[in-house]
Amino acid sequence: MSFLSIANVSKSFSGPPVVNDVRLEVARGEFFALLGPSGCGKTTLLRMIAGFETPDSGTIAIDGEAMNAVPPNLRPTNMVFQSYAIFPHLNVFDNIAYGLRKLKLPKDQLRARVEAILATVRLDGLGGRAADQLSGGQRQRVALARALVRESKILLLDEPLGALDKRLREAMQVELRAIQRKVGITFLLVTHDQEEALSLSDRVAVMHQGRILQVADPRTLYERPSCREVAGFIGEMNFFHATLREIAGETATVNAGILGILTLPAVNLAPGMKIDDHILLAIRPEHVRFAASGVAGDVAASTFLGERSHFHVKVAGRSEPVFVSGSAPPAGAVHLEFTPEKLIGLPSDS
Amino acid sequence: MPNKGQSSSEGYGLLAPTLVVMGVALAAPLLLMVLTSLQAQSGPGFAAGWTLDQYGAVLGRASYRLLFLRSVAISAAVTLVTVALAYPMAYFVAFHAKHKFIWLVALTIPFWTSYLLRVFAWKIILGYGGVINSALMRLHLIDQPLGVLLYNPFAVVVTLAHAWAAFAILPIYVSLEKIDRSLLEAASDLGDGPLRRFLRITLPLSMPGVIGAAILIFVPTTGDYVTPALVGGTQGTMIANLIEVQFNSVGNWPLGAALSLVSMAIVAVIAGLFLASARAAAKAAR
Repeated sequence: MSFLSIANVSKSFSGPPVVNDVRLEVARGEFFALLGPSGCGKTTLLRMIAGFETPDSGTIAIDGEAMNAVPPNLRPTNMVFQSYAIFPHLNVFDNIAYGLRKLKLPKDQLRARVEAILATVRLDGLGGRAADQLSGGQRQRVALARALVRESKILLLDEPLGALDKRLREAMQVELRAIQRKVGITFLLVTHDQEEALSLSDRVAVMHQGRILQVADPRTLYERPSCREVAGFIGEMNFFHATLREIAGETATVNAGILGILTLPAVNLAPGMKIDDHILLAIRPEHVRFAASGVAGDVAASTFLGERSHFHVKVAGRSEPVFVSGSAPPAGAVHLEFTPEKLIGLPSDS
Repeated sequence: MPNKGQSSSEGYGLLAPTLVVMGVALAAPLLLMVLTSLQAQSGPGFAAGWTLDQYGAVLGRASYRLLFLRSVAISAAVTLVTVALAYPMAYFVAFHAKHKFIWLVALTIPFWTSYLLRVFAWKIILGYGGVINSALMRLHLIDQPLGVLLYNPFAVVVTLAHAWAAFAILPIYVSLEKIDRSLLEAASDLGDGPLRRFLRITLPLSMPGVIGAAILIFVPTTGDYVTPALVGGTQGTMIANLIEVQFNSVGNWPLGAALSLVSMAIVAVIAGLFLASARAAAKAAR
């Protein structure tokens, strides 16, 4: 029995379903991310777990207990809101103590708990600060502390780093991961930032148009995406239409049109593919190399990124350029070589 | 780049029309009132020389003190009743109404008729042979019409509370509408049921609107003249009625002016104390 169990949950407001028959299992203590473009239903799913929205159908259970009829104030979840929702009329201490008042703790115990969590989020000594005197990063920490101090079973984070600038965001990513390890609470993060999802989480669910496309650990998601949407959403990917010609032992042979006949490991094909199927051949830019021979093309554009550069290579017979990541090629016409074991076969969407 | 002096002169330029009107229509008459209150009436004109006699009379006479006290008491009651009744309405429009604009327009509909007509309407509703009495008689709930409905402080409070309702609803509505809904969700998320959430988040954050509404009602109703004159009877007479008598019937302008200024000072002091205590309470709540 998993810790957070979402079974066949659907939700629509007016029009097509925002969350469509979602199934998801999250383990205790896991750092789990819901990743997807805006409007994919990830925030709605999070709000249903928190209790702010009610599923049209399906059940949400936490630690074996069905949550559908439980109001938000009685759920074992706490949320870090995208806007942080810091209470403007309370100072930092009272914001954090807000969810503890009901427990009627002795004063010194309450103080000790708040101060411990202030130390965890590195806001020591700022308890007396008024809400409107906080920087963006501090507000984020107060929101986190306020949710963490309740020691509930699941912490829900709705784009918690979205409002911070890039450097602060990167620093907070490292800290968020460290805090999660320290407190050991299950974290469920909603984000549209693939880098954030990949660097923070134990596992990631990629959502698209209300559905979950793939649930996997970050490495699998990057190296073995299950479909075009996942592959395209996470990092850059080159796609080529191809036909499956032969599967012989551990090697599959495909006819990739302008790329010619290519071979790849049979395990890199999506399950259930048959000979003569139209498939989508995908490869990351860093697995395409400039070589002495191979597919001929011209560099149409290049972007210098420091360690390596990005190139758009025009290839005859193809409208989209091929993305290549690596060091600069010799001047003039180039030839492209594909690392066979990094080629993957995805179901064709046409 | 414009310097500070330039932009401030531009500011005064924009304010100029208002400043002229304020000067001519407010400051000058007020100064005139102060000067008048320092005179003594002598036949149709004023006696020579300056005197503080009027202020002695205003503060010295028990009947005047009673009127001041009653005006403040009635006005405080009106403020309390109006704000208490306006809050749920403003809350409904801000949080539950579907067509807010229509509701807000509907709330102002009573103001499309004249103030005087609305006071008369209450006279008809509350009167001896009025709507309430005849209805109760028809239902055989009473044998004799009730005389306690009209011509007393109760009637003044009812009429004023109705007349000023929108002035309370609108500022409270604005302050409720301004509350970030995610704050309410955060309060629920942190364990508050609806009542606790209201008391800990909604009410404190809407206090600016409540205080604004209270001031907006208390200040003008203390000096209201028409309503007590029409529905107040002798028991409901307020300070403005006495001031009117001094200017129009008795012809003692200096005394009328002194009564006006003292009444203004009382309102200012009470409003100031109210604001200060509200601010202190807000600070203590932190």
